Amino acid sequence: MNLTLKVWRQKNAKAKGALETYKLNDVSEHSSFLEMLDMLNEQLINEGNEPVAFDHDCREGICGMCSLYINGEAHGPDRAVTTCQLHMRMFKDGDTIYIEPWRAKALPVIKDLIVDRSALERIQHAGGYISVNTSGNTQDANAIPIRKSDADKAMDAASCIGCGACVATCKNSSAMLFVAAKVSQFSYLPQGQVERKERVLNMVHQMDKEGFGNCTNTGACEVECPKGISLEFIARMNREYFGASIVAEN
Amino acid sequence: MSKLDSKIPEGPLKDKWTNYKDHIDVVNPANKRNIDVIVVGTGLAGGSAAASLAEMGYNVKAFCYQDSPRRAHSIAAQGGINAAKNYQNDGDSVYRLFYDTVKGGDYRAREANVYRLAEVSANIIDQCVAQGVPFARDYGGLLDNRSFGGVLVSRTFYAKGQTGQQLLLGAYSAMNRQIAKGKIAMHNRHEMLDLVIVDGKARGIIARNMITGEIERHSAHAVVIASGGYGNVFYLSTNAMGSNASAAWKIHKKGAYFANACYTQIHPTCIPRSGEHQSKLTLMSESLRNDGRIWVPKKLEDVKAIREKKIKPVQIAEQDRDYYLERRYPAYGNLVPRDVASRAAKERCDAGYGVNATGEAVFLDFATAIERYGKEKAMVSGIENPSKEKITELGEAVIEAKYGNLFQMYEKIVNENPYKTPMMIYPAVHYAMGGIWVDYNLMTTIPGCYAAGEANFSDHGANRLGASALMQGLADGYFVLPYTIGAYLAKEIRTGKIPTNTPEFDAAEKGVREQLEKLINNKGKKSVDYFHKKLGKVMWDNVGMSRNAAGLKKAMDEIAQIREEFWKDVFVPGEMNELNPELEKATRVADFLEFGEFFAVDALHRNESCGGHFREESVEMDGEQEGEAKRDDVNFRYVAAWEYTGNPREAILHKEELTFNDIELKQRSYK
Repeated sequence: MNLTLKVWRQKNAKAKGALETYKLNDVSEHSSFLEMLDMLNEQLINEGNEPVAFDHDCREGICGMCSLYINGEAHGPDRAVTTCQLHMRMFKDGDTIYIEPWRAKALPVIKDLIVDRSALERIQHAGGYISVNTSGNTQDANAIPIRKSDADKAMDAASCIGCGACVATCKNSSAMLFVAAKVSQFSYLPQGQVERKERVLNMVHQMDKEGFGNCTNTGACEVECPKGISLEFIARMNREYFGASIVAEN
Repeated sequence: MSKLDSKIPEGPLKDKWTNYKDHIDVVNPANKRNIDVIVVGTGLAGGSAAASLAEMGYNVKAFCYQDSPRRAHSIAAQGGINAAKNYQNDGDSVYRLFYDTVKGGDYRAREANVYRLAEVSANIIDQCVAQGVPFARDYGGLLDNRSFGGVLVSRTFYAKGQTGQQLLLGAYSAMNRQIAKGKIAMHNRHEMLDLVIVDGKARGIIARNMITGEIERHSAHAVVIASGGYGNVFYLSTNAMGSNASAAWKIHKKGAYFANACYTQIHPTCIPRSGEHQSKLTLMSESLRNDGRIWVPKKLEDVKAIREKKIKPVQIAEQDRDYYLERRYPAYGNLVPRDVASRAAKERCDAGYGVNATGEAVFLDFATAIERYGKEKAMVSGIENPSKEKITELGEAVIEAKYGNLFQMYEKIVNENPYKTPMMIYPAVHYAMGGIWVDYNLMTTIPGCYAAGEANFSDHGANRLGASALMQGLADGYFVLPYTIGAYLAKEIRTGKIPTNTPEFDAAEKGVREQLEKLINNKGKKSVDYFHKKLGKVMWDNVGMSRNAAGLKKAMDEIAQIREEFWKDVFVPGEMNELNPELEKATRVADFLEFGEFFAVDALHRNESCGGHFREESVEMDGEQEGEAKRDDVNFRYVAAWEYTGNPREAILHKEELTFNDIELKQRSYK
């Protein structure tokens, strides 16, 4: 298929960016979206131009490195996929495709389609862990049975890949789904109880400090999340937060 | 020829690690605060090592090329992690895990290391549960297990099809706790470009900040390389796009011996290539072979019709199908080890029976399992005389519960429904058993430089069993290295801070800058990918699943030629002092172009077939095993550790003889 691409080009964080137009021909419908961008870059390099910078790594939908706002949708038109899993059969010959980086104040552009997600890192530093040392003599893994339904819920929450699609797609640029996933995972597990209150307070505090917006229950994040993380976890985090705010010792 | 000292402790196998650990030097907490350790790579091995070392009190500087440690490629591991817990009461034990691992590795691993791995395996599960890793559980709330290839017990712990992700997020969370405390200085989007050696000891690295392009000097009292495997030398593999051999190759060039490069795992069940645009290959978990039957048509005219899409695979009658694994290996059938399954697929495809347009695909068919599960389910549910449709519906639901995410992944990529038509699969490069040579302490031949996880050679011999990579990565990082590194660092307590304004750092930085400048200023005509693809093709055709002397020699010459052409004609756009993905790729491919030739040297020298290394010259000529791989224990029962001399082709071989005191050497048979 032959395509017209409108790609966001921006030299660096300080430069002013713009959409550039490229023609790309003979794209196979079996190639992935990122393989299509590889083709574009090969074409640009062969013409002596600078290729488009974009984040990617595992190319099997799990590392969370790839991003891209494609025709106004995080990770493009397909559902429950990352951009690397999006295939060109979702598009038609002659299509014009708009490709932009994540847009959020807390996730500034570094270059072209690459954004800085270190704000998400700092939220994890604020409490995304259980304080246990590596010792080799923690208690036996089966010492505390965990209800299967709780373990399964924890797993559903834990499957977040930290790509930032929820932030990018939210009209408020809220990171609530991302934070709620980690808070919820630990809240379902007995090992997470000791620090449960401090964790939610600290992570939410850091989230606010980073400049992410608030949640107004639009639900766009859930729709665009490549791992289908449920909005229910945001509700759960809100309960955790209110509970912790009322009874917190400090 | 220097003698390699593996520093295996004396005493009976069972007591080695315990006794050694009891007597190892310990650094007191006040002194740990004055000692710096660099960790390169933040996958399961690097992440767990960084977190543990920081908890112990060392100052850790960790590096990864991704924008977060959470994205290292350990995250893509699907199936599970082995541990000798014996929760299923099926007779598992430390010894049995040890035995399975040595046998699965075709008797080319070091006994003492493997035994230690099996010993600490149970601790890993305890540790991960304590960290909040949501392993699968049964209705009683206890941990669930599944089976994997090559073993007779259920010892694999899992978290859906995302075990690697959950374990990595566990290690990542442990790192985050230390980052918050300031005990780990995390350097994301940084790439190590050289090792700095001062007075014979590893004392730091030169790294490039991938956002600003700045070249940075980082010093430490010890350097841990946990940078993963080298599968991307084949261009197409199941590795991440950024996975590379550069850190390992750089330390090799600075004096670390590189061992057993030819032991590379080609995984039998990957989604086949669909065309020239292909950038990577996607694995389908080994667990699928529990229920899937592998076949190709018996008749070439059926193959042709399928390729031309004139008939559908389901239309081929049962008697016209060749279930070649069940035919050749009646005892193990579809569950033969990975190396055997891969070669068998290649044999059929080479004979012209490949079932897709490229001729490189076989079927993995779930129809039998769907029918079996459907009937079972109907009986359990009390449905009398169920219709064929009902059986299929019930059976598909069972398969979906077991493998749903894999089937969905397959459908997204291939655009075919694997419940209704068999999957197409083909082998792909997956895991590197070979790697940097290390002693029992995981120290390389450079004092103070360690290698952990896939980056080292130590535990899997010539073939790794499923669900053992995660086990080794975490064992090295959580439970081995944090102890063994003390033996070295205890002697460093009086050293003081390592300065970076020394001639050694100057020289290393100069070398790095010169290489980067050369690449940028080369202004050739061809892209980095052009050369990488070309290298990959030579590797796959001659150094792939089946190797012979003539092909290997040809590959060495061709790779040397491609390397020469690369330095003449590569075009790297952009500048050094900015974010420049092409420059990053160029440095990695430059190293692959040396490493690939060295790989072929190792494969050529090992004139035996063992595990993932198959030499056409070394096959059984008669009897029941005719045509199968033939190991040569008389001449090749050693680790081949190579010393760099300036030319990959002229590496000097050092042998570490392997002794097996607690296990009997046997030829593997799966007939």
